[in-house]
Amino acid sequence: MPTLLRDLRDLLVSLKLTVLLIVFSIVLILAATIDQVNLGIWAVQEKYFHTFVVFWKIGNVSLAVFPGGYTIGGLLLINLLGAHFYRFKLTWRKTGIWLAHAGLILLLVGQLLTGLWQDEFQLRLDQGQSKNYAESYRNVELVLTDTTDPKFDEVVAIPEKPLARLETVQHPKLPFRVAVKTYFPNATLAMRGPMQPADPSAPATQGVGPQVLATLQPLTYKQDERNIPAAYIELIGPDGSLGTWLVSPLLDEPQRFAFAGRNWKIALRFVRSYQPYTLTLLKFSHDRYAGTDIPKNFSSRIRLTTPDGRDDREVLIYMNNPLRYAGMTFYQAGFENNDQTTVLQVVRNPSWLIPYIACALMTVGLLIQFGIHLTGFFARRRVVAA
Amino acid sequence: MKRFLPLSILILAVLAIVATLLPPRNPAEYDLVAFSRLPTLVNGRIKPLDTVARTSLLMLQGRQRVTAPNGRTITPTEWLLDVLYRPEVANAYPTFEIDNPDVLALLNLTAEDGFGVGKNRFTFDKVQKGLPELERQSKLADAVESAVRTPFQKAVIQLRESIVLYQSLQVSLLPPNDDHYLEQLATFNATVPAGLAAVAAQHSGKAPDMSAAKVILGLSDTAATLESLGYLRVIPPQNRPTDPMGWGNAGAALRQSLDHGKLDPALAFYAQLGLAWRGYQPATFNTLVHDYRAGLDRSIPSLMSKCDTEARFNSAEPFYTSMMIYVVAFLVAVFSWLKWPDELGRAAFRLVLLAWILATVGIGIRMWLEGRPPVTNLYSSALFVGWVAVALCLVLERLYRNAIGSVTAGLVGFSTLLIAHHLALGGDTLEMMRAVLDSNFWLATHVVTVTVGYAATFLAGFLALLYVIRGVFTKSLDKATADSLARMVYGIVCFATLFSFIGTVLGGIWADQSWGRFWGWDPKENGALIIVLWNALILHARWGGLVKQRGLMNLAIFGNIVTSWSWFGVNMLGVGLHSYGFMDAAFWWLLAFVASQVLLILVGSVPLAKWRSFSSQSPA
Repeated sequence: MPTLLRDLRDLLVSLKLTVLLIVFSIVLILAATIDQVNLGIWAVQEKYFHTFVVFWKIGNVSLAVFPGGYTIGGLLLINLLGAHFYRFKLTWRKTGIWLAHAGLILLLVGQLLTGLWQDEFQLRLDQGQSKNYAESYRNVELVLTDTTDPKFDEVVAIPEKPLARLETVQHPKLPFRVAVKTYFPNATLAMRGPMQPADPSAPATQGVGPQVLATLQPLTYKQDERNIPAAYIELIGPDGSLGTWLVSPLLDEPQRFAFAGRNWKIALRFVRSYQPYTLTLLKFSHDRYAGTDIPKNFSSRIRLTTPDGRDDREVLIYMNNPLRYAGMTFYQAGFENNDQTTVLQVVRNPSWLIPYIACALMTVGLLIQFGIHLTGFFARRRVVAA
Repeated sequence: MKRFLPLSILILAVLAIVATLLPPRNPAEYDLVAFSRLPTLVNGRIKPLDTVARTSLLMLQGRQRVTAPNGRTITPTEWLLDVLYRPEVANAYPTFEIDNPDVLALLNLTAEDGFGVGKNRFTFDKVQKGLPELERQSKLADAVESAVRTPFQKAVIQLRESIVLYQSLQVSLLPPNDDHYLEQLATFNATVPAGLAAVAAQHSGKAPDMSAAKVILGLSDTAATLESLGYLRVIPPQNRPTDPMGWGNAGAALRQSLDHGKLDPALAFYAQLGLAWRGYQPATFNTLVHDYRAGLDRSIPSLMSKCDTEARFNSAEPFYTSMMIYVVAFLVAVFSWLKWPDELGRAAFRLVLLAWILATVGIGIRMWLEGRPPVTNLYSSALFVGWVAVALCLVLERLYRNAIGSVTAGLVGFSTLLIAHHLALGGDTLEMMRAVLDSNFWLATHVVTVTVGYAATFLAGFLALLYVIRGVFTKSLDKATADSLARMVYGIVCFATLFSFIGTVLGGIWADQSWGRFWGWDPKENGALIIVLWNALILHARWGGLVKQRGLMNLAIFGNIVTSWSWFGVNMLGVGLHSYGFMDAAFWWLLAFVASQVLLILVGSVPLAKWRSFSSQSPA
């Protein structure tokens, strides 16, 4: 074997690399923790963990400063697998180490799968309200709905990316083109005063647009705030423009218009994930400790129904007791609106079982390994004493 | 002399403990002790007035003792009685600690107005004049996010909170500026029915007794004031008195008394007690307290025995005594390296054991009072870290008998109790658990295991400190001692790896059970993970032969930094699901600790030939 390859192999299976990778992961995790103050927990995960390289912006230049979570985790995986295949022998004394590291490999793979598969949504329910969908917390979509047929709606949803790139979208189901004129990643809305002259940057001509002004806001990364985009959308038919609409999730109702004999709705809303069941909030309760404002418990009494009638029951979701149903976990995340609205976090994580198995393996492995150390220690002491 | 030394030291320590356990005595003819054990609901928990007095004083001025302007020392209970019943006297006690010079200037105060050694304790009378300006400044400071407030803004807000606490304590039983209130209550059952009849007559258009009706209106106003502002919920409900939801303050009780035309018995008691206290009638005071207490013993016996225990626990201060014994144990153990190693070593071991048993009892009582596992907040985590670390030290000392375990135990035991003492300044440490933490199962498994992991990692670091300090600065680190220290550190690191790993995993399982995700990269989760990773790094570096004895020690010392970051540092970031205890005064202490550890690592990195213990022999 050429020397270079042998050196590389020796490096890849060495404990030196292991130690170095542990140091790297500690630095990465520490940096990611501190950066949460600026970026919030979501952006941090994308920037540090779900990436091969961590980039830092210095001025306007993005510099690759550190290996990301995928690189470090991947190398750790190679190092572990290599060391086991190449160096370790299967003996009873090594079972602890084997189990612990097998568990670790599984844990790393599980984290990778979680990163790829896990989805999170939010579900806001007012008292008495029913919903059969959860909403994304961050991603929006532009939705055009043909409501002409009273029996069903025909929906065309355009995701955030083409909107942010100000593209013009043409879709076979739409009798018009959708041109994005302005896109604000975060914006507030305000009523336009009667005296205010028309703002050239606010070109809405249709719907509520002429009465409302959208103002660009800096992006927020705070944990209790989110970015709410707004956009000016021009619809262009074969014979020219239909007008320009202002859309934002802040507008409660979709705006309606008619074109070519059909009725339409247009709205920018948080991406919906429809579920084959309906949840109805019966009652939200917020218990406090006697004579204080310290929360003792939050709970939502929910009615769960499926269209086929197979499930029709009441469930209680409260702290440390989420609802698990059809692969989703609904947990009590918050409340709004003077205790009238409940906010449920909805998580789908198909790989949820892997960490349990991995951690059980590792725990048993560590117990065996340190147990062997301990009995060896006492055995030696007895020899010395005798 | 030498033979009796261990025993006599032990007897002295036991006597010191027994002295704290004696029932507290009353300084004067008032039975203040009986009064201090009366129950009240504050912050969601029914507790003795003694706890309220002590924790309020800690929050206002950082200590429990009050010195009157005439130099007399006042017990917390006596201070509370004056705050409740004799505001004019209480307002002249220097109970507001103000250190920030800008705040002092704002209130037109100088050191000449202050009392105490630092001249930094002020009376309410002196502070009062500046209240409008203080209010204005704290409104300005409120608008600033807490993380970016200046020291002045923080001091303003803190003082405003102290004032609010003091004033709401003051309107618990007496309305402000009303000299006849207590007398009115004393004659309530005689006068009020007539007044109520007069009010009813007024409503039905008959000629009312105007003066009688006026009394009722006055009392209703007072009831409204006291109900909205009063801090202490001292009035137990007539039916189901064990349910804390029913406990009300004096204002609510007065309102209900007016509705029924009959004075609530508990309110009547507190009114008569006030008259006795204001009128200097100790005999009446004592009879009232004993009669009221006898009634409570019949209606809520289990709550009363909890209150008694808590008040005794407060006055015994077991953690303070334990802290002092750790200091003595530390000194005795260090001396054992110089002289009489067997006798002094044994004495130190017994002292550590004694202090540890005392701390165990203290933690046990806290668990019983709260009905919770040992770790519920930062304060109790400090107690528990010390308890676990000292327990491990006791095991090490039994195995090695070279006083290293005792020295480390003294050091760790003292430091953790000192940290706990400072964390207690925020108020009552037996807090109610916020909703998400309200799970005894996870508190008992995840939180306890993780805290054991913290304790073990710290212990490894402190043992390594001993290695470096003894090796570099003294000649006492011979090969046998060095080897035994290395084995101890290695063993404790293994222990720490196991517990911090299991604890972190249990945290993940808790998160998955209640939030649907195993790992969320939350700061506290990351902190725990870094501890696991650091311990794993130490073990791999050792197994791979990358470090020898000294390297192991330096890595273990760095473990102290890693653990203190995870324990306190992440809380200071103020982000994440786990950030329940935000503290900033501790920030500089944390920084100083980290700096000291870095310094010791640098000291430990001095070439072995320069170490005093190794300079004459071949490097270990």
